[in-house]
Amino acid sequence: MLEVIQDNWDLLRHGFVGTLKLTVVCGIVSLLLGTLIAACRVSPVPPLRWFGTAYVNLFRNTPLTLIFFAVALGFPKLRFNLSYFEFAVIALSTYTAAFICEAIRSGINTVPIGQAEAARSLGMSFTQSLSQIVLPQAGRAAVPPIGSLLIAMVRNSAIASAFNVTELMGTSAEMVENGYKSLWVLLWIAVGYLIITLSMSAALAALEKKLAVVR
Amino acid sequence: MKMRSSVAVAGIAVLALFGTACGKDGSPEAKTPAGSTGGSQGAPGAPGGAAPELPTYTPKTGVALTGSKTFDAAKSRGKLVVGAKEDQPFLGSKDPATGKVSGFDIEIAKMIAADLGFGPDKIEFKAIASTNRENALVNGDIDYYVGTYSITDKRKQQVSFAGPYYIAGQSLLVRKNETAITGKDTIKGKTVCSAKGSTPLQNLQTNFPDTTTRVFDTYSLCVESLLSNQVDAVSTDDAILKGYAAKDPKALKVVGEPFTVENYGVGLNKDDSVFRNAVSDALDAHEKSGDWKKAYDATLGLSGSAAPAIPALVRY
Amino acid sequence: MSREASVLFDVPGPKARRRNLIIGVVGSLGLAAFLVFVIVRFNDTGQFESAKWDPFQYSGVQQFIFDGLKATLKAFALAAVFSILLGAFLAAGRLSDHRIVRWASTTFVTFFRAMPLLVLIFMLYLVPGSQGWWKWDPMWPLVVGLTIYNGTVQAENIRAGILAVPKGQSEAAYALGMRKTQVMTMILVPQGIRTMLPTIISQIVVTLKDTSLGFLITYPELLAAAKLIGGYQDYNMPFIPVTIIVGTIYVAMCMILSAFATWLERRLRTSRKGKPPAVVPPTQAELSRDNVAIV
Repeated sequence: MLEVIQDNWDLLRHGFVGTLKLTVVCGIVSLLLGTLIAACRVSPVPPLRWFGTAYVNLFRNTPLTLIFFAVALGFPKLRFNLSYFEFAVIALSTYTAAFICEAIRSGINTVPIGQAEAARSLGMSFTQSLSQIVLPQAGRAAVPPIGSLLIAMVRNSAIASAFNVTELMGTSAEMVENGYKSLWVLLWIAVGYLIITLSMSAALAALEKKLAVVR
Repeated sequence: MKMRSSVAVAGIAVLALFGTACGKDGSPEAKTPAGSTGGSQGAPGAPGGAAPELPTYTPKTGVALTGSKTFDAAKSRGKLVVGAKEDQPFLGSKDPATGKVSGFDIEIAKMIAADLGFGPDKIEFKAIASTNRENALVNGDIDYYVGTYSITDKRKQQVSFAGPYYIAGQSLLVRKNETAITGKDTIKGKTVCSAKGSTPLQNLQTNFPDTTTRVFDTYSLCVESLLSNQVDAVSTDDAILKGYAAKDPKALKVVGEPFTVENYGVGLNKDDSVFRNAVSDALDAHEKSGDWKKAYDATLGLSGSAAPAIPALVRY
Repeated sequence: MSREASVLFDVPGPKARRRNLIIGVVGSLGLAAFLVFVIVRFNDTGQFESAKWDPFQYSGVQQFIFDGLKATLKAFALAAVFSILLGAFLAAGRLSDHRIVRWASTTFVTFFRAMPLLVLIFMLYLVPGSQGWWKWDPMWPLVVGLTIYNGTVQAENIRAGILAVPKGQSEAAYALGMRKTQVMTMILVPQGIRTMLPTIISQIVVTLKDTSLGFLITYPELLAAAKLIGGYQDYNMPFIPVTIIVGTIYVAMCMILSAFATWLERRLRTSRKGKPPAVVPPTQAELSRDNVAIV
């Protein structure tokens, strides 16, 4: 049971760091991309709005495994010869971004129109109203769902193991082939993921508490 | 023009899936004759232009292996369950149109089955994820495993092997008109493709630093890149490469001597030495009878590469 | 939405309208250029050659894809039903009066929601065999894995639904002499599920999508069929064509389900005949962060 960890410490650590790396990079990329698409989705320009809606509907209704499959097989065909880590970042981020976009949009939708009207009647400029009234409230409402989406993204990153990325789940194949009991191998890997996801949950809970306002 | 018709085909194909089958009967034409049907097209390496035919096996009758758990289980089941690959051309490959598996490894499996008293119709081939191979053998999900399975000391701790039935080694697959690459000493500065996480890939990366490596998910992607001139060679075990070359001998060839050694064996349950002896006997008999050579010629041999020497069985 | 006032932007004046038009045209051109680039590259690499699409005209190949689709739908149907059952069970457990039951359900939900589904599926695929516990077909690790994971998510959905049932409902039931279990199974859970039906269906879409993990454990579902066909040399390795075909099938199935969820949500929200629905479903924002339907 413990020898799995003792004997494979380097391998597991390597995988753990790989998952962390994937988490950080994909987290940043999908937040940026998600915000961009959300901006499209709520923009006053119809074509951008159509694009945003189409993107969200397409990616939310496509299995992540299929996106990985299409990226890993399709990009070489487009003569984009990137590393598998980059493929994984593209697949995971484009997928997560669709959900993040929706979280941001529903955050914006929670701000009643009266808030903007009140701001205007107080003589605030449009920029002031947006930056001081609307976006802070929308952001506060969007933080919890975005947090859980990022946690879901960590869990989804395990799929990258099937596409040649060095990460936590991917280390299991080597250990099992080397004769370690799959029960303990996978339990320790699960523990590795739990460390990441549960500490993210805790951080999120703390953040929510900080953002909470007494109404 | 080309594009429009293919889009139409795509549409039809999707529609056909939901409606009643409106597609053409049969299956798309194979690039090389599919062995058992003994096609009339000439294949390179086959003297006289006739395609070599697969050997046929007569199942033995009245086989009894006293003390073999595996055999008893198969007998009461009425069929053998054999682990195999299904995505390696001419080794273990499943035809999507017919659902049948074929190839050199499959022939090896059939030879063994015949001597155990099971005809080809009494074998169920099962795909096994590579992480689950040892598992499947240990707890008897499969009776034996034939699928480019290298005999290693590590694996021997969990399973046992009959064989080797083929000695493979890392080699190079190139386009037919390639003249610059003739072996491992000529790949300096070239782009060579291999599949993710494989031993051949690690070998390339550590021992051939002047060669650019390209990594894909599967070897078929490598082969496609080779055919479209994006890489100069594909490198892995020669058996696997020969399989691809055999499918498309007009466009591909395997060059150079193998530069590593992989002993392919039949994976077996570790505790069943009676069964292991029977499998070894079966391999021995069919190697001597010429079935092995026939099976090679009708599968991997279609690549134009001559059959290697049959390795001596290691019994233990 | 464009005509309505928005918190994000003012009603555009002539200048803003001109600017919007320019952004719109530039944006559309950019997207169109990207699409053209992709298509040209595919064409250059021969993805639209008829040889790559030919195999799909044959009934054998169509049947193979269709068999994959059937396997996908089978695993999906089983997992969808089981996960809702497990979800109802866990939701009731989390609202139980017994501290142990509550604690056990909460731990179960927390543990399996924090763990990658893929790890769970591989556990179910590898461990029973390697420990010599039992043997099963690769379909079951997939179905059970999907059931456990989605069950925990459905539990949260159903719990939110139960909590949204007005207190008067259970009080009335108790007044009629019903016991605790009866109130839960006959009053609260059915109404909770009905209220949360749109969210539950959204999660079912996730269940459907995740059946595609099955190909990693050799379950012969749709994506596995695609992979085999895509690598088949006699068909000129039609990876891109097969991905397009199979992708279309997946997206179509998921979109139909999603559209159903949206339609249902709208129907539940806008009451017919002016009569308000018994229970108003909580909006997405009212739900706790645990209830966002996600992967």
